[in-house]
Amino acid sequence: MSFVEYSEFIQEGDVAIIFLGHDSMMPIKVQQGAQTQTRYGVIRHSKDLIGQRFGTKVTCSKGGWVYVLHPTPELWTLNLPHRTQILYTTDIANITMMLELKPGSVVCESGTGSGSLSHAILRTIAPTGHLHTVEFHQQRAEKAAEEFREHRVGHLVTVRNQDVCKEGFGVTGVADAVFLDIPSPWEAIQHAKSAMKKQGGRVCSFSPCIEQVQKTCEALAGQGFEEISTVEVLLRVHEVRSITLPLPDFGPDKPLETPTDTRIPSNASVLCKTTTPPREMAGHTGYLTFATKPRIHCLFYLQFVYFGLIMWI
Amino acid sequence: MADNEDDDSQQRVNEGDYVVLKRGDIYKAVQIQKKKKTVFEKQWFFLDNAVGELYGTTFEVVSGGTLQPRKPKHVEHAADAKEAGTDNRHILDDGKSQKLTRDDIETLKEQGLKGQEIVQQLIENSTTFRDKTEFAQEKYIKKKKKKYENSVMVLRPSCRILAMMYHGREPGKICHLRYDTLAQMLTLGNIHAGSKVLVFETCAGLVLGAVMERMGGYGSVVQMYPGGGPVRAGVESFGFPPHFNETLHEFPIQHVNALLAGTLDTDAKDIDADGLQANGEKSDPTSPKKAENKKESPDAEDQNMETNSSENSAAEKEAQEREKRREIRGQEKKVRMEEKRKKLAAAAVLLQGRNADGLVIASRFHPCPVLLGLIKFLAPSRPFVVYSQYKEPLIECYTKLREQGGAVSLRLTDSWIRHYQVLPNRTHPVLLMSGGGGYLLSGTTVTTDTPKVNTEPTSVEEPAAKRVKLEEETE
Repeated sequence: MSFVEYSEFIQEGDVAIIFLGHDSMMPIKVQQGAQTQTRYGVIRHSKDLIGQRFGTKVTCSKGGWVYVLHPTPELWTLNLPHRTQILYTTDIANITMMLELKPGSVVCESGTGSGSLSHAILRTIAPTGHLHTVEFHQQRAEKAAEEFREHRVGHLVTVRNQDVCKEGFGVTGVADAVFLDIPSPWEAIQHAKSAMKKQGGRVCSFSPCIEQVQKTCEALAGQGFEEISTVEVLLRVHEVRSITLPLPDFGPDKPLETPTDTRIPSNASVLCKTTTPPREMAGHTGYLTFATKPRIHCLFYLQFVYFGLIMWI
Repeated sequence: MADNEDDDSQQRVNEGDYVVLKRGDIYKAVQIQKKKKTVFEKQWFFLDNAVGELYGTTFEVVSGGTLQPRKPKHVEHAADAKEAGTDNRHILDDGKSQKLTRDDIETLKEQGLKGQEIVQQLIENSTTFRDKTEFAQEKYIKKKKKKYENSVMVLRPSCRILAMMYHGREPGKICHLRYDTLAQMLTLGNIHAGSKVLVFETCAGLVLGAVMERMGGYGSVVQMYPGGGPVRAGVESFGFPPHFNETLHEFPIQHVNALLAGTLDTDAKDIDADGLQANGEKSDPTSPKKAENKKESPDAEDQNMETNSSENSAAEKEAQEREKRREIRGQEKKVRMEEKRKKLAAAAVLLQGRNADGLVIASRFHPCPVLLGLIKFLAPSRPFVVYSQYKEPLIECYTKLREQGGAVSLRLTDSWIRHYQVLPNRTHPVLLMSGGGGYLLSGTTVTTDTPKVNTEPTSVEEPAAKRVKLEEETE
């Protein structure tokens, strides 16, 4: 098992997702001799999990059963321990596509937070890309690094415990894409620019507040970014239901000749297969601002190089 | 100090490259071919001058239809904070404020004035410009620039750009799949390098290309196709390197049942590898035809040897050559059919293990039978995503899947996207918004072995342990 590669059978040390029922799941670490308590009973790792196929049904001690699923970044996002507010799959999907991430991409990200987006990025850029992720909170940085190792993606990521606004990403001129989810992204735009490859790249900033968006767009424009665009995305869930709608009784069509059994039964109803929205839905997560760093044109760059040389001498 | 020389060849446009032309929000995918006239936004021009330039370069279309690279830092400091009004209470919208006529503007265009210069002329000849507020002036300039702009940017194609292009230009070709919905599909389907993904789409190849981009040339993609042959025009526009083709396979759906039943014989020479049925291209008739050809040519030769009258020899040589050509064509056809058969066999091998890692469906066909048919090829604990322009067919899919089992975490969703205009003191959502981008049904497969403990075959999502209280489904 790894978060960037499927495997068929469950092994010791794997992370697996126990599916308990409608929207109810939990992550577990598979270990010899370990046990996991669920509302349907106990799952014995050695007997029930190790050696079994992902996706099979596991019967618990009390008789109920659950499914064991192979972890994916999407399942992880729904089950990971929150250390911060996280990004959910809807935003993650758009970020991935709009930043043009693909195998081999080099990405810079800050802040790492709980690693929700990080896992999705790693899945997309594997096996040849790399993620440089920066987190200014020491414990969160350490926890993230630990999780990446457990999830067998450590070789694809470098975690740095520093402040991106002051010290940048720790690399320059290597990134195809930069992602910012920090309180003051406008302070990191310059660092984002220098972390990116000179042939250009994409940048994204996620901010819950419109004021942050305004400042960020200003900073982006000031630093020469193009194609600046702000969007928000929301997911609407449709819950499939069979509903029964009773029919009204307007009385008999013709006047009754005999007062007995020509009446339509008053409990006639119609069955409809339809969807209903949930009572509440996520109305706002954050605004996504994207921009493109244009290529520093050769001539232009050489001018800087010349200037730099002259300064040196 | 980095030298750009090595990178540059990769970053420069080459002849034959597939690129995307951009002006504002309008995109068009074209292939760079020298001396070929391209039309884009009502302008005709040649792309020749783009060859050798860097991707991302903006060009001006000059008279004669050639492209000229624009100087890199085209910084337009719009706000010459001259005169501006405070509000529009005295501005009359009588259509008479612009003194230049249409003809005047045409003349200016013919004189070769650049877009920006035309805009400047319009400003100077507008009686109301200086009464407008600063914001209104900016808006006016932006609007005129957009109209008289002459620039074309040449971009490298990507899923993002092509998805936006198709959705803007030809949504009907892609079943009105909006780009954010496509983004959801790629992520929910866990499309990544090294996996084996099945794709069934009638979106001109956009979905297939998007999947291939996320696979990066690793793993394999099997395109299941209806009818005669796989449609992949959109895939070309991505400009993938040639080795990506090795990961792309195809399989005609009309052989799916046979494959599932184990009765598909891919070694049979007369297998209908194309999936073409009754349209005269059947492999069977060609074999007797070839046999006829072979028989005929020796006959023709014999005839040639027997007759020695010179008047007939020319005509007979003709006939002989025709026979030869027919034979060559026949041979070529045989080779092609064999190639196709081999490809079919290879695809069948990938499928028959029933261990695919992902399934993506996006077509104009009713999704229910497509899903139920193709889901059998997926390994357990793997995601699938079905797109439909309409909701009801997916409701059916959902219901049928719940009945038959084998899938959990079924979700019917659609995504909502809104663009914002972000300007100082003028930040608000953009006025027009996309009305809909289609619906998605997503889920994860699980094994379908019958439970040992529980007897009822109903809802697989709610393991009904009899001794434990079932949690009520709260809204």
